[in-house]
Amino acid sequence: MSTIALNTSSAVGKAAAGNAEAPVRIAVRNLNFYYGDFRSLKDINLDFYDRQVTALIGPSGCGKSTLLRTFNRIYSLYPEQRADGEILLDGQNVLSPSIDVNELRARVGMVFQKPTPFPMSIYDNIAFGIKLYEKLPKSELDGRVEEALRKAALWDEAKDKLRQSGMSLSGGQQQRLCIARTIAQRPEVILLDEPTSALDPISTGKIEELIEQLRSEFTIVIVTHNMQQAARISQFTAFMYLGELVEFGPTTKMFMNPAKKQTQDYITGRFG
Amino acid sequence: MDTALQHRASPEPMTAPAPWGRVRRSRHVADRALKIICTLFTVLGAFVLGWILLMLLVEGIGGLSPAVFTETTPGPGSQGGGIANAIVGSLILTVLGIVVATPIGVLAGTYLAEYGKNSKLAEVIRFVNDILLAAPSILIGLFVYMLMVQPMGGYSGWAGGVALAIIAVPVIVRTTEDMLRLVPGSLREAGAALGAPMSTVIIKISWKAARAGMVTGVLLATARIAGETAPLLFTALNNNFWFNPNLMGGVANLPVMIYQFALSPYENWRELAWAGALIITMSILALSVVARLLLRKDKVR
Repeated sequence: MSTIALNTSSAVGKAAAGNAEAPVRIAVRNLNFYYGDFRSLKDINLDFYDRQVTALIGPSGCGKSTLLRTFNRIYSLYPEQRADGEILLDGQNVLSPSIDVNELRARVGMVFQKPTPFPMSIYDNIAFGIKLYEKLPKSELDGRVEEALRKAALWDEAKDKLRQSGMSLSGGQQQRLCIARTIAQRPEVILLDEPTSALDPISTGKIEELIEQLRSEFTIVIVTHNMQQAARISQFTAFMYLGELVEFGPTTKMFMNPAKKQTQDYITGRFG
Repeated sequence: MDTALQHRASPEPMTAPAPWGRVRRSRHVADRALKIICTLFTVLGAFVLGWILLMLLVEGIGGLSPAVFTETTPGPGSQGGGIANAIVGSLILTVLGIVVATPIGVLAGTYLAEYGKNSKLAEVIRFVNDILLAAPSILIGLFVYMLMVQPMGGYSGWAGGVALAIIAVPVIVRTTEDMLRLVPGSLREAGAALGAPMSTVIIKISWKAARAGMVTGVLLATARIAGETAPLLFTALNNNFWFNPNLMGGVANLPVMIYQFALSPYENWRELAWAGALIITMSILALSVVARLLLRKDKVR
């Protein structure tokens, strides 16, 4: 327990190092989003930097999850939802109809609020995503599964029960399994939609530690309701309110010296 | 000491407590009465079912002998005999019915749960399916008589299998849809988020998650058609011989055999009818138990 506490506190220190010199990975331009007739995102313009953690914060219903769900076009599962504007991933507009959504989703992985292990073994949970894109011989597949589990800090706990159901793991382990499943596809961007809100504090600590490690390899966008979490793990923070982007900047500045009064009120708990 | 604590400790509360006995006596009576009536009717239902089973056991076990399972049904006036041809015939018809019904039912149920959802077409199919679920089975027998028996020029096992399939399909459609709807949407989103096309999500994730329930549905449909009599009267009919390899000319089966033998004046026929009834009931009971065990095992996991 003490090591976890130590690690998360060290993460706060590192989190201060927001690098605005990093190249832009995702550029959102004039993005609007509609649920039927309701416009839930209004003219969003925002940049996400390469291999940095960006936290999206704001009260419930502000559109932060909606924004996250546009990056891999997961919203398109529901016919009444649509987006207009541009989301440039390495210069390519992912909202363009010419982009294959399945290929996009291999580049932009997503982990959900509640752990969603598939009803199959731990091994198959991870192999599932790899097999969608690559035909690998067994030995190579084994290697990729191990690599993903190691990167998700789950290998030591899972290596002796790879054939057991993914549902047999604890909640925190299930969530790390979902992260492993996502990184097994070698994406560029990882989207995390409140990944710790269903977990206990110890599991939360492990996931936060993991995010800090994954930052060296992936561009990460995380939606969180937990202000301390945003401060601990992100380099950049975007504050949203009623479908609009209120303020965006390095996390240290957002929390120490926000430019807008609304941001300050939310961060200090005056509303939301 | 803080004041709030002092308040609670003081002997005189701020307001006098309500007097005891505010609950009217009639409420107690009504409460007790409902409980007794519900229990009574539950016992009544269980009693009738138990009576049926007991009667079957008493009458049926007397008729059971090795010959029942080896010999064919006897002709009028002849002694002894068994119901081996009817048992095998029933197996063939039931398997035929379920083999035809399962792919149709599972795929239609999958359409309703995964693709159609709340669309107009899905609503219409759901409504028609519910009607089919409640359709009188004799009507289905007549329908298949017109559809197959007349054009083919005679009774056949094929017609019997199709009639049973029509009865099984709506049961399988319904359970498949219900079970797939229990699969959380977040699981489908997670599959899609990995870049799996919808077909992969359905086959590898939804079906897998709903597997136990779907198999249970098929088993319950099997139990349902195993005992159906009316649809076979006009299709497979019944006879005293082993089935033809091409299943033409009628196929002996337990339900119609029971129907005919039970009403006959011959003692040995009536005994065989009881034995057949016992065998069919025990098979259906076994199927239902297996179905329940499957579902329970799934819930534990």
